[in-house]
Amino acid sequence: MYTISSFFKSTIGRKILMALTGLVLVLFVMGHMLGNLQIFLGPDAINAYAYKLHEVLPSSALWAVRVFLLICIAVHIWMAVLLTIENRRARPQAYLKQRPVQATYASRTMRMSGVILFAFIIFHIAHYTVRVVPGMLYDELNVLDSTKVPLFKDGLAVVKEGETVPTFNVYDMMIDGFEVWWVSAFYITATGLLCLHLTHGVSSMFQTVGLRNQLWRQRLDRAALLYGWVVFLGFAIIPAAVLSGLLENDPRYEQATSAAHPNISEQVVIAHD
Amino acid sequence: MEKTMNLILKVWRQRRRDDVGQFHMYELQNVSEDSSFLEMMDSLSEELVSRGEEPVAFDHDCREGICGMCSMTINGVPHGPERATTACQLHMRHFNDGQIITIEPWRAKPFPVIKDLVVDRSPFDRIIQSGGFITARTGSAVDANEIPISKQTADFAMDAAACIGCGACVAACPNASAMLFTAAKVTHMNSLPQGKAEQDRRTLAMVTTMDREGFGGCTNVGECEAACPKVISLDMIAHLNRDYLSAQTKNFLKPVQ
Amino acid sequence: MNLDSKIPEGPIAEKWSSHKFNMKLVNPANRRKYTVIVVGSGLAGGAAAASLAEQGYNVSCFCYQDSPRRAHSIAAQGGINAAKNYQNDGDSVHRLFYDTVKGGDYRAREANVHRLAEVSVDIIDQCVANGVPFAREYGGLLANRSFGGAQVSRTFYARGQTGQQLLLGAYAALSKQIGLGKIKMHNRHEMLDLVKVDGHAKGIIARNMVTGEITRHAADCVVLATGGYGNVFFLSTNAQGCNVTATYRAHKRGAGFANPCYTQIHPTCIPVHGEQQSKLTLMSESLRNDGRVWAPKSADTAKLIREGQLQANDVPEVERDYYLERKYPSFGNLAPRDISSRSAKEVCDEGRGIASTGLGVYLDFRDAIERDGKQAIQERYGNLFEMYNRITADDPYQVPMMIFPAVHYTMGGLWVDYNLQSSIPGMFVGGEANFSDHGANRLGASALMQGLADGYFVLPYTVGNYLGEQGVAAAGQITTDHKNFSEVESEVKARIDKFLTINGTESPRSFHKRLGHIIWEQCGMARSKEGLEKAIRDVQALRKEFWENVRVVGDADGPNPELERAGRVADFLEFGELMCRDALMREESCGGHFRVEHQTEEGEAKRDDDAFAFVGVWEYIGDFVEPALHKESLIYDNVKLATRSYK
Repeated sequence: MYTISSFFKSTIGRKILMALTGLVLVLFVMGHMLGNLQIFLGPDAINAYAYKLHEVLPSSALWAVRVFLLICIAVHIWMAVLLTIENRRARPQAYLKQRPVQATYASRTMRMSGVILFAFIIFHIAHYTVRVVPGMLYDELNVLDSTKVPLFKDGLAVVKEGETVPTFNVYDMMIDGFEVWWVSAFYITATGLLCLHLTHGVSSMFQTVGLRNQLWRQRLDRAALLYGWVVFLGFAIIPAAVLSGLLENDPRYEQATSAAHPNISEQVVIAHD
Repeated sequence: MEKTMNLILKVWRQRRRDDVGQFHMYELQNVSEDSSFLEMMDSLSEELVSRGEEPVAFDHDCREGICGMCSMTINGVPHGPERATTACQLHMRHFNDGQIITIEPWRAKPFPVIKDLVVDRSPFDRIIQSGGFITARTGSAVDANEIPISKQTADFAMDAAACIGCGACVAACPNASAMLFTAAKVTHMNSLPQGKAEQDRRTLAMVTTMDREGFGGCTNVGECEAACPKVISLDMIAHLNRDYLSAQTKNFLKPVQ
Repeated sequence: MNLDSKIPEGPIAEKWSSHKFNMKLVNPANRRKYTVIVVGSGLAGGAAAASLAEQGYNVSCFCYQDSPRRAHSIAAQGGINAAKNYQNDGDSVHRLFYDTVKGGDYRAREANVHRLAEVSVDIIDQCVANGVPFAREYGGLLANRSFGGAQVSRTFYARGQTGQQLLLGAYAALSKQIGLGKIKMHNRHEMLDLVKVDGHAKGIIARNMVTGEITRHAADCVVLATGGYGNVFFLSTNAQGCNVTATYRAHKRGAGFANPCYTQIHPTCIPVHGEQQSKLTLMSESLRNDGRVWAPKSADTAKLIREGQLQANDVPEVERDYYLERKYPSFGNLAPRDISSRSAKEVCDEGRGIASTGLGVYLDFRDAIERDGKQAIQERYGNLFEMYNRITADDPYQVPMMIFPAVHYTMGGLWVDYNLQSSIPGMFVGGEANFSDHGANRLGASALMQGLADGYFVLPYTVGNYLGEQGVAAAGQITTDHKNFSEVESEVKARIDKFLTINGTESPRSFHKRLGHIIWEQCGMARSKEGLEKAIRDVQALRKEFWENVRVVGDADGPNPELERAGRVADFLEFGELMCRDALMREESCGGHFRVEHQTEEGEAKRDDDAFAFVGVWEYIGDFVEPALHKESLIYDNVKLATRSYK
């Protein structure tokens, strides 16, 4: 009587899809943030992290994760668009005056924050993943070339089979990127909106799959608020630190713009396979 | 002595379903602050009749907050500014002398205006007709105490069953969603042992009908709960979501008849 | 007029079962050939429509509201009685039967009441099966309470919303049948007349309140479950739309109207606040379990209070008259409804009333709060106190509540026999619309019981019996093409045209208010020969004035609340006169009917069983012609007539 498609056609089914994809993105955001925060542990730590992601992990796995995340984003947005169209259609004539009573600002602005976040994600991928945003200072420190910066561990270059191991210079890439004030401003604004989106979304997710009640609503709302703020601070602190000069380019590469390989012959560790 | 006030009313007037409506301004004198909002509307009617004009049509019946007939959005809030209060139980003492009051009908595509502030809420009836019942033919019942029901369960079912079907949830929702209404009805019956046999069928049927009638979807903003004169909780929506997910899962494994 | 009550032979406890056995049955395959019209979708109408459809009949159901779920049964708060004896406190079918006959002041028909008590147990089973969330004990069994001074706990309840939950149960069953196509539901339709063919009820004329269209509906029989006529008083606890039109139109077509003077005035309502008031709100009777009713001892004190110079809490104990406790020491504040109401009126007549209008007495919780603590009182009555506060802006925890009696229920109604068939064959009447079970006074929590008994367990049998008697060859033979339909339809249309063309100066509401004033004054809590005669003259004059000077704005081909009201008020104007005539005829005091000429020296009601142990049934003869009175004698074989005493 009811086909599988009835689930995807129903408003509740669509929302459940939004909640589940939302959950994936919520968890990803936390992981991403924790990864980024390693910048405060110094260039070696974060570059090693990048090395693990890009070189240790099989590239098929990385791409699988990327595709999965992109699908989640796509489904999340697609469902949001479908629901928004339905919702708009359900009230063709607006009120002269409508006064919200208890709806939070975050809950009322999910579409706005969502749309801006989507624009941000595109920018962010173009900026740091594909690195095609024009006018950015990518070339200056050759961060584009993954072979040009050696991997460091405990302050020592890692040597494998007599060769230094090359990696991304994620550290300098981030510093360079955030030194552009409007880029930082956009990142901070976007993470602010992400916070807003999460303060409603994280609790709402539980409601949509039916795991919330009067008792837990308050707790989940608070947890969502906390989560949103943690994510905001965790992300925004990096551009803020760069702008304020707390984080600077790695001096080891400062004079080496023409010769990407600094003198490292005295300091090596042997990598174990 | 009773205090009175003068008001300026900005009321939606629409002659028939397919006509174009617009706001009209009326001045109304000497409204007793002890009268209810609908009694104020009665006074307006009398005033208009005395001028040979057609009074403002509005739905109302029991005037004690239980029938769910009254339905008007007062200054942007369905049933007006007081919590847990229907328009018929809203008293004029909550307004000020000289205040401008905007009065609009419920606004939702599935609730077309019939006249002035009167809307057609028959989609609610159709949602119930599709599954909002527990089948127990007259005369077929077992003894009422045969199946014990814990107090907690009975109280929860009663919380859900308190819904008066007025439609304020739809009117208040930014998406004109009927989730709170549907959820209250589904939860009332699904949570009782008597309603278990038809649970999945009921849930799927009522949600399908709800969607087909053209209501929007829920975005968990909670305006419905705030407008609900019986303070039906958002818990009911969570309950419905859970029951729906479970019904669809079972339906996936083996189609629900 | 044939008033054969058709009470079955045999001992009272076996009448109903033997009657059911003797009924004609309709073959299940043939039931779909019949159509039944049910007017009204409350407890009686909704339950009857659903049950008949379940049996296989086609049903057309009508209600004036936008949904059948809004019928005024929904407003009942207290509970529903049933002789389950779950509390092991000595209740039984016979005790419920006995209490109901006694409570009705021995003016109800024994056989009907006994059947009511018998099926009361099935009602609870049915409702629970339908998902009514009655209050439960921690052990999971149904909870009960004692209600309205009953000596046993036989009342089932769902918070303060029992009527709502029972109605929603019936509505759910009704909705299922609508969904299955067995019931054709006509929302926002008002029945304006009854159509008879060869003396049998075969259809109705209704007005579609959205399009204004006058529609004809034919059927094999008609069930009226259109509620009571309390709104003849203008101010009552009834819903705004409650009206007498359906039953009065049927009366004009030949149905006898029984005991119209039996009206119940509920003692604990919120007093009238002023001229703009449209409706009275009932506060649950349970408040009298802890609240103490009083009024100032002297009219002077009362005057000071009314003028706002003295606060209730400042009235010293010696200045307070706890009149119910004083007059009825054994029942005190729990004295029955009619007695409590009349006592309040007496106090106010003496000038000792409070509230701005002088029409109110106090219901004080000060002592109860002192004794049990605010917490306990809050647990018991929190929601009621909140409701009171919402309406009056007074806080009952701080200042005493003000209460005054208000019209609440009407025991009179269309005369029906044991089968609930009226004096028009093929027209059945259920619920408050008929006169059958409550005699001259209804007990608390019995209205819901009667509505559902009629709807679930009586009408589905007796309607089938009637249809079976007519024979399957007659099924569906009468259609709306019959000339009687066009005749009645043109009468209905002419009446609507008349309303719209009078073009007078006064609104229908204003006439309604004036009528209500006359009826309340002369045919309310205390009635006298002189007053009633005056009321009849006044109502007649008002009626003439109405037809000359009413102003109905708008047109007939669309929604028009003024036109609807005009039609209802026109019928109330005629009905009000009938009510006064009945009250004038009944030279005794019984239950809700109190004639000042017939009271004991202590001011208690004095019944006259020798002369008035009958049902007064009125037959319509013609406009401005005195109706004919017929009597159905009441014979009591099982209950001994006694004087009620609550001293």
